[in-house]
Amino acid sequence: MAENATCCVCSEGLTEQEMLSQLDELIEEYVDKPGGLIPALQIAQGRFGYLSEGVLKKISAAFDKPYSEVAGVVSFYSFFSTVPRGKYVVRACLGTACYVRGGKEVLSALKKQLGIDVGETTEDRLFSLDVGRCFGACGLAPVIMVNDDVHQRVKPSKVGELLKAYASAEKGGTQ
Amino acid sequence: MYKLTINGKAIESPDGATILEAARRVGIRIPTLCFLEKREPVGACRVCLVEVAGARTLMAACSTPAANGMDIKTNSPRVRAARRQVVELLLSEHDGNCQICDRNQDCELQELASELGIREIAYEGEKAKARIDDSTPALVRDNSKCIKCRRCVTVCSQVQGVGALHPQGRGFDTVIGPAFTLDLDGVACVQCGQCAAVCPVGAISEKSHVEAVWKALEDPTKTVVVQTAPAIRAALGECFGCEPGTRVTGKMTSALRTLGFNGVFDTNFTADLTIMEEGTELLTRLKKALVDGEKVPLPMFTSCSPGWINFAEYYYPEFLPNLSTCKSPQQMFGAVAKTYYAQKIGVKPEDMIVVSIMPCTAKKFECQREEMNDSGVRDVDYVLTTRELGRMIKEAGIDFMSLEDGKMDAPLGLGSGAADIFANTGGVMEAALRTAYEIVTGRTLPMENLHVKPVAGLEGIKEASVVITGTVPAWSFLEGVEVKLAVVHGLANVRRLLESIKLGEKSYHFVEVMTCPGGCIGGGGQPRLTDDSVRVKRIAAIYAEDEGKALRKSHKNEAVQQLYKEFLGAPLGEKSHHLLHTKYKSKPAL
Repeated sequence: MAENATCCVCSEGLTEQEMLSQLDELIEEYVDKPGGLIPALQIAQGRFGYLSEGVLKKISAAFDKPYSEVAGVVSFYSFFSTVPRGKYVVRACLGTACYVRGGKEVLSALKKQLGIDVGETTEDRLFSLDVGRCFGACGLAPVIMVNDDVHQRVKPSKVGELLKAYASAEKGGTQ
Repeated sequence: MYKLTINGKAIESPDGATILEAARRVGIRIPTLCFLEKREPVGACRVCLVEVAGARTLMAACSTPAANGMDIKTNSPRVRAARRQVVELLLSEHDGNCQICDRNQDCELQELASELGIREIAYEGEKAKARIDDSTPALVRDNSKCIKCRRCVTVCSQVQGVGALHPQGRGFDTVIGPAFTLDLDGVACVQCGQCAAVCPVGAISEKSHVEAVWKALEDPTKTVVVQTAPAIRAALGECFGCEPGTRVTGKMTSALRTLGFNGVFDTNFTADLTIMEEGTELLTRLKKALVDGEKVPLPMFTSCSPGWINFAEYYYPEFLPNLSTCKSPQQMFGAVAKTYYAQKIGVKPEDMIVVSIMPCTAKKFECQREEMNDSGVRDVDYVLTTRELGRMIKEAGIDFMSLEDGKMDAPLGLGSGAADIFANTGGVMEAALRTAYEIVTGRTLPMENLHVKPVAGLEGIKEASVVITGTVPAWSFLEGVEVKLAVVHGLANVRRLLESIKLGEKSYHFVEVMTCPGGCIGGGGQPRLTDDSVRVKRIAAIYAEDEGKALRKSHKNEAVQQLYKEFLGAPLGEKSHHLLHTKYKSKPAL
């Protein structure tokens, strides 16, 4: 797993041109490696926040793989996004353990709190909501992740508070 | 050699063979769906499960290597139950409206269900939502019929080197299709139809022109003429239960007449015409290069195969100047039929309908290219694949096998044996050599039975060279020249060849390119399923067709000579240039 791959706060609002010009350097070390495609996609998404069509086409050319195959990988993993994401990506786990311990209720609470559906981003571009399939923390179920932070034994009623902490940290940070 | 046991029978298997290959070698049949010969097995469908003594689970025969001492059962109760369950699960997701499916009675899944004696489906569940992609002129994809075997993915990426199709998404929602489930016209698909040719079910098929052709045939104001590509006569019989490689030229002709076409003609006529034009074009390019010292694009590539034209326009625009400017025989036919022939019989081009029977889906694309209107109207109106013609003959209630042999009409029905072999990989090259050699030296091509053996057969890239000696005065500049030739089929092979030319590793004067493996006999519109054993038989049938003719050289075709005399003038003349030649344009590879 590429380091800091899940971090999507590094840069925001880059133009397509800027993303493309940074891409070569980002993925250089993975191009000739077997199995290098997924880490390259992770790194690119980590830097740009999402994977634009232009970025994916350039990656497809760099790896000499059909665009359909790269798209197949991107659409297979719920982790990857082809649309700009919020600053914080909230992912509710619906793996088996989380599911039976109320993951679905947590997800409903998140939807309600954020006013968006799975795959969507809030208007202020602060939060995106996703579903995860097991983060490997089943003993702590139900689990949600906000970017790289893991929150354990989440209660639906506490979801609002949890999100508020991020929102106000944001306000504090920018003022 | 490994020693193993299958169904209690001791057998030997070559090193590296899979269980499936080992079983097939000794005549033991294991059913398959996703398997494609000579390709890396994907093991996606699980239909080929077998029991291996000592193994915890059943094994997929297509992807499990045979090993010494294996004790395999292909027909135990456990195997049968598992196979049945696998097929039931496939059926539970599959839109099984068999009676109204394009593949009814020609479907591998239907056949398998019947073979396994499935009478009920124990699983009731969601079915994939139908999403019809008819965005291209050639192909229609119906997602609800797809069983996700991925044969189309394998053939598109490995055989054709295009990679337009790949699984998108995950689990039940997986869609086999272009990137991000775009429609086919949103990606650089060359429309060769090899995906349709290998699809075991009705998920990918040609876009049908059958209804339009019925309508044209019923229209009393239209003169409807038909041309048949050479590859059809070696394959159409398969639609009526014949062995692959059965020649049905005469029956096909009679069937077309019975269907009501006003003229039954042969694309062979314009294949001969192509040789006259393309041969002259090649010799002209060689003269410019060798005598005038001009920089002309060499090698020259053949341009009969519309999938290859698409491939070059999308992926190798730098080679477009190397393509022969000749239209394909199909398009030459349309242009000649709606001008020369229409005038002869006193019909206006707009009152004539030209229908082609082609082994190809890309021909449906080709006929509606905007350049293909040189008669003033669309030169070729409709294209039927071999399969569609088979369906029309059945629908008309014609008892194909009991038809008498018919003869094609004059003048556009006359074709040489050289034109017949356009159907085979290596055939256009051979036909060109038969004519060019004779024009340049005044002597018959000095090869046994006129066949150019080094460029025949299923090898992906074939090379040959001919040293020209004893030239007639007009062509003396070619004296002693070694003309280097290559023949390539299957676009992944084409890619390899073009890359080696780009790198300067290879150089040729003339290259024959056919999109589909084996050439047109293995086209995307031919009866399914075409494997190498079928290809070999169809190829042999085509050579037999050629050998059975007295006329075996394109330049000896009297009807073509007459066309030049009465109408065209000379090869590469002004009228030829207008009607028989075309231009190409680079297309962004999307």
